[in-house]
Amino acid sequence: MMVNQFNYLKETASQTAGPYVHIGLAPHAAGFDIFENNFSNVLTTPATRGERIRIEGRVIDGSGTPLRDVLLEIWQANVDGRYNHPADTQDKPLDDSFRGWGRACSDFESGLYTFETIKPGAVEGRHGRTMAPHINLWIVARGINIGLNTRIYFSDEAEANAKDPVLNLIEWEVRRKTLIAQREERDGDVVYRFDVRIQGDNETVFFDV
Amino acid sequence: MNRSSDQYGEFYQRDRSVHPPAYAPDYKTSILRSPKNALISLQNSLSEITGPVFRQDELGPLDNDLILNYAKDGLPIGERIIVHGFVRDENGRPVKNSLVEVWQANAGGRYRHKKDQYLAPIDPNFGGCGRVLTDDNGYYFFRTIKPGPYPWRNRVNDWRPAHIHFSLSGDGFAQRLITQMYFEGDPLIATCPIVRSINNEEAVRTLIAPLDRNAFVQLDSMAYRFDIVLRGRRATLFENRIQGAK
Ligand SMILES: [Fe+2]
Repeated sequence: MMVNQFNYLKETASQTAGPYVHIGLAPHAAGFDIFENNFSNVLTTPATRGERIRIEGRVIDGSGTPLRDVLLEIWQANVDGRYNHPADTQDKPLDDSFRGWGRACSDFESGLYTFETIKPGAVEGRHGRTMAPHINLWIVARGINIGLNTRIYFSDEAEANAKDPVLNLIEWEVRRKTLIAQREERDGDVVYRFDVRIQGDNETVFFDV
Repeated sequence: MNRSSDQYGEFYQRDRSVHPPAYAPDYKTSILRSPKNALISLQNSLSEITGPVFRQDELGPLDNDLILNYAKDGLPIGERIIVHGFVRDENGRPVKNSLVEVWQANAGGRYRHKKDQYLAPIDPNFGGCGRVLTDDNGYYFFRTIKPGPYPWRNRVNDWRPAHIHFSLSGDGFAQRLITQMYFEGDPLIATCPIVRSINNEEAVRTLIAPLDRNAFVQLDSMAYRFDIVLRGRRATLFENRIQGAK
């Protein structure tokens, strides 16, 4: 039977970022300079409010080998828990010196990635349930056909994490810990370690957002 | 800025039938780089409906001109082309101010990348990357050299069809997309394991840019048209209103 047709468009298909993603998104890592202004893994300026933290880790494949050609992006709220975007109308201060977005490549030898940022505040979630402080992470590489979305939570926020509506969506409690970055202090710097396991034992939880 | 007429609802559930699955064994690298567990479905919160905002003054005047943005002592070798199109969402509305980043091989199929060992030469006047922000109509354009196909390690005689890699920021982090644009008439498209990771003929077709004769520049450049669709947002109805969001 003929019915009226919807006229939604279809999303363009994803394709892998490939081995040379750095040329486009981080040309300096590919070994050359072209743009005057480059996006980077440092999210802060001296004016940014909040506790300085480093996030570091590796992205590991199904054989246990770190990916050495992966590109990661993070998106996060500021220290007060507000996103620097017009859709966020929470009654909290903005920080003009903090976009909240950064991009990092893993090291071509070690596979280690790092971000220099601040620890975000808690953001209001659905139905008024506050979400624990977290950072949104997106991962692409050769062999990844569509970007992987996950979240980084913080080991020193156990109480907030226990109430977090998103962590609680994960039916298998044992898998929730794959989203918790471990806090360490090294020479006075705060470092959160966050390894991502794409496949296999302790596979990281990924979201269909 | 008055955005009161804009809606910032959650995104429509992603229609995964247009996308390649994570595990596509003919593309061998995907075998160990694909999660085995199901994705956990997440209703959008502020974390997904917001995303980074970019400014025009962060880009340079030649960033969308790959013919000139790395020219050292001459012009790059190859066919001069313009690539242009509109970025829209699933509702058909323009996606304004989206960062569009592109990267590609040179005319001989070689990337300016320290990990590319293919024997075709580097072009001293070609970097192979560019970027541009979409305007209020969602429109973007850049000028470049048509990339060449190149061999890659998958099966012994696999060659990638000529392609340009595209990255799109959209207006919310859940719209983030990376894809590849192919060229009308390229016989390598039909057998490429990366293209064929998409199990949907219609979705593949939308990645193939047709020649756009109306946009040719006489005695200078041919043109290809590549329109892109990012996820659309719901109107904020009833209980779907997101706390703290407009
Ligand atoms: Fe490529």
